[in-house]
Amino acid sequence: MSNPERQRPTGKRVQLMATCLCDAFYADVARATVEVLEHLGCTVEFPDGQTCCGQPAFNAGDWAASRRVVRHVVRTFAGDAPVIVPSSSCAAMLSHGAPEEFAHEPDLPEILALGQRTWELADFIVNGLGVTTWPGRYETKAAFHRSCHARGTGTADAVRTLLRSLAGAELVEFDEAEQCCGFGGTFSVTFPHISSNMGHLKLEKIRAARPDLLIGVDTSCLMHLGGIANRDGAPIKTQHIAQVLRDALKNGGLL
Amino acid sequence: MKPLSIDQFAAQLRPETQRSVYESTKSTHEKRTKVLFDHFPDPNRLRELAGQIKQHVIENLDTYLPAVEAKLQAHGAKVHWAATAESANQTVLSILRARGATKLVKAKTMVSEEIGLGPFLEKHGIESLETDLGEFIVQIDHDHPSHIVRPIIHKSRREIAVSFEKNGLGAYNDEPAVITRRAREFLRQKYLQADVGLTGANFVVAETGRLVLVTNEGNSRFSLAAPKCHIALVGIEKILPRDRDLALFLNLLARSATAQQLTVYTEFISGPKAPTQPDGPEEMHVIFVDAGRTEVLASECREILRCIRCGACMNVCPVYRQASGHAYRAVYPGPVGAVLSPLLAGNRFPELADLPKASTLCGACSEVCPVNIPIPDLLLRLRNKNKLAHGPSSGTPPMGAWSVLASQPTAWKTSLAFGKAVGLVPYVPRAFKPSVLRAWDDHRTLPEWRGGEFRRWLAARKR
Ligand code: SF4
Repeated sequence: MSNPERQRPTGKRVQLMATCLCDAFYADVARATVEVLEHLGCTVEFPDGQTCCGQPAFNAGDWAASRRVVRHVVRTFAGDAPVIVPSSSCAAMLSHGAPEEFAHEPDLPEILALGQRTWELADFIVNGLGVTTWPGRYETKAAFHRSCHARGTGTADAVRTLLRSLAGAELVEFDEAEQCCGFGGTFSVTFPHISSNMGHLKLEKIRAARPDLLIGVDTSCLMHLGGIANRDGAPIKTQHIAQVLRDALKNGGLL
Repeated sequence: MKPLSIDQFAAQLRPETQRSVYESTKSTHEKRTKVLFDHFPDPNRLRELAGQIKQHVIENLDTYLPAVEAKLQAHGAKVHWAATAESANQTVLSILRARGATKLVKAKTMVSEEIGLGPFLEKHGIESLETDLGEFIVQIDHDHPSHIVRPIIHKSRREIAVSFEKNGLGAYNDEPAVITRRAREFLRQKYLQADVGLTGANFVVAETGRLVLVTNEGNSRFSLAAPKCHIALVGIEKILPRDRDLALFLNLLARSATAQQLTVYTEFISGPKAPTQPDGPEEMHVIFVDAGRTEVLASECREILRCIRCGACMNVCPVYRQASGHAYRAVYPGPVGAVLSPLLAGNRFPELADLPKASTLCGACSEVCPVNIPIPDLLLRLRNKNKLAHGPSSGTPPMGAWSVLASQPTAWKTSLAFGKAVGLVPYVPRAFKPSVLRAWDDHRTLPEWRGGEFRRWLAARKR
C-alpha cells in the first residue's frame, strides 16, 4: 500500500471526511479532528452529504456497489481542497482501493485526483503542513498501534514524530507491532474465532509493555481491541490520535 | 460432509499445535527480517527489482520457454510439456516404464504435491519415496504438508517419534538428532536401490538452460548422484532470464525462506552426465508443467506467478498463524495459497472461494514477499471475481442495500438517528440482534451509539 504522489496543500481550506464510524460511534474523534485542524489555522469544511468511503463493499468483493458509494464521495468532496480523514483505512480506500476498482472505468482520472488530495490526519499534519512538533502537554506512557492500512504510508512515522515532541508523553514499544489487530471489517464477524484470537494476542503484547493508554489512527482497530478488553473484564484506555493532540492543547491551555 | 471453514478449523485446532505453528513462524519471520536488514541497506529495493524481473518473465514466457527448451536439448536433456496434472503424471510414468524402472526417490517439490504424483505412482505399482525429512514423515503418516517450506510445521517431536516407532524405524525416541539419523540410514539404502531420482527446480535459467536447486539436507544431491536417470518436474513460471539474476534470487530466497544467507546445498544442473564427467545420471528429463498456470496468466491475478515458494508470506500471516496450513484445504496454504489455490483449481474455484476471504487484508504478506506480489490486491480481485460469478450466493454479506444508503445522504442521516432502534446498543436482548451483531458481541462489546452527535455539535457551533 504505497502513497500516491501527493499534492502539498496550497491554501488552508480543508474538507473533513469524518468517517462512518465517527458518525455513528466516535463523535468525539471527529470533533477533536476539527479542533486540531483549526488550531493549525485550517478552515474546516464538512460536506454535509458525506456518508462512507465505500470500503465495506470493496472488501466484500462487491465492487459495483462500492463504486456507487465512491462516486458519491467524489461528488460530495468536489473541488481541490485536501480531504482530511481521521482514519488510515478510509484514506487508503480512497488513495489505493478506489483506483483499483476503477481501473477499467471511464471516471478513473477523477478517482485518482481525489486519492491524491486525500490525507490521513497525522500524515497531513506532518507531511502536508510540515508541522513536526506538537505543543501543549499530555502526561502518558502510551502504546501506539500502527494500523495495517498505514503500511507504506507516512502515517506511522508522523504519529511518532508528533508524540515524541509532545511534553509529558512517552511511547512504549511492544512485540510484534507490525501485526494486525484482527479487525478486518466484516472479517471480524465472518472469522470470529481467528479475529478475536488475533485481538487477544495484540492486547497481550501491548499489555506486556504496561502502557496507560493505547493510541490508534483508526477507530475501527480501537473499537475491536477496546471491545475485546471490555468483554474480558479488563478494559484498556484507548484514544484516537486526534483526541490525544486535542487534549494536549487543552492541557497546555491552548484551546 | 461439508469441510470445516477456515475459522472452524482454527477453532478446533489443538492449542499446542496452534502454539507451535505460531512460535516457529514468528521466529522464522523475525530472523528473516533481521538477516535481510543486517545484510542489505534496503532489502525492499531488492524485492521490487526481483518482482520486476519475474513479472517480465511471466509476461514473456512465450519467448523464454522455447529458448530454455533449446538450451536443455543442446545439453542432451529431453524436454516434455505437460498441459495438465494428468499428463504430467503420465509423462513421469512413461519415462519410468521405458526404463523398466520400479523404484523412485523424490526430493521435495511442491508441483508434485500439486499434481498428486506420489499416490498416482503408487497406484501404478511404482515405489516413490520422499527423501526430504519433512516430506518423508508426511509420507509415512499418510498426511499432507501444511507449509510449503516446512511440511511438518504442524507436528510435534512426540508425534514424529510415535510414527517412526509404528513404521519400524526404531524404538520411541524424540531426539531430533536420532530421528534424523534413523531417517538417513533408512533412506541411504533406498537411494542406492532407486532407478530414478525426481526433483523439482527452484529456478531454470533461460540463457544457459541451467536448473538450480536449493536444499538443506543434501537429499536432492543424493537423488541425483545414485540413480541413472533424473527427472525434473518444473512449473512453467520458474524461469529466470540470465545466470546473473541468480545472485539476486538466491540471496532473497534463502533469507526469505529460512533466514539463511545461502542454503546448505545449491545445485546447478545443465544436463545429463557428459562423457568427460565420471558420474551422474546418464539420462535427464525436464517436464514443464502448466496445470492451470496459463489460465492464471490470463487472469487478473497473474502477478501470483512471480512466486518463488519461499513461504515468508505464511510465516508472517496472522491468519495462517492461527489456523495452520491444513485449514486451507489445498496444497498451497497461507496468503499465496489463498490466491493461487482457487485459481489453480480451475472449475473447482467455488469450492475454494472462501480462501481469498480468509484475510484481514493487513498487507503483512506483501511487505515480506521477495518478489513483491501485491497479495491483498489479488485477494480483493478474487473476491470481486467470485461476487460477479456467483452473486448473492457468494457468501459475502450483501452490500447492495448498504451502498444505496451510503450514496443517499438523507437516508444515511436518518439511519444514523435510528441506529438505536436497529439494535446497535448492548441492552437489546441477544435474540433480537442480527447474527452479524451477535458474532461481534460474542467476543467484544460495542461502544455507545452516538449517531449524528458530531453533526449536531457542528451545527450548534455554526449558530
Ligand atoms: S507469495 Fe511471495 S512470500 Fe509467499 S511464498 Fe510466494 S514468493 Fe514467498
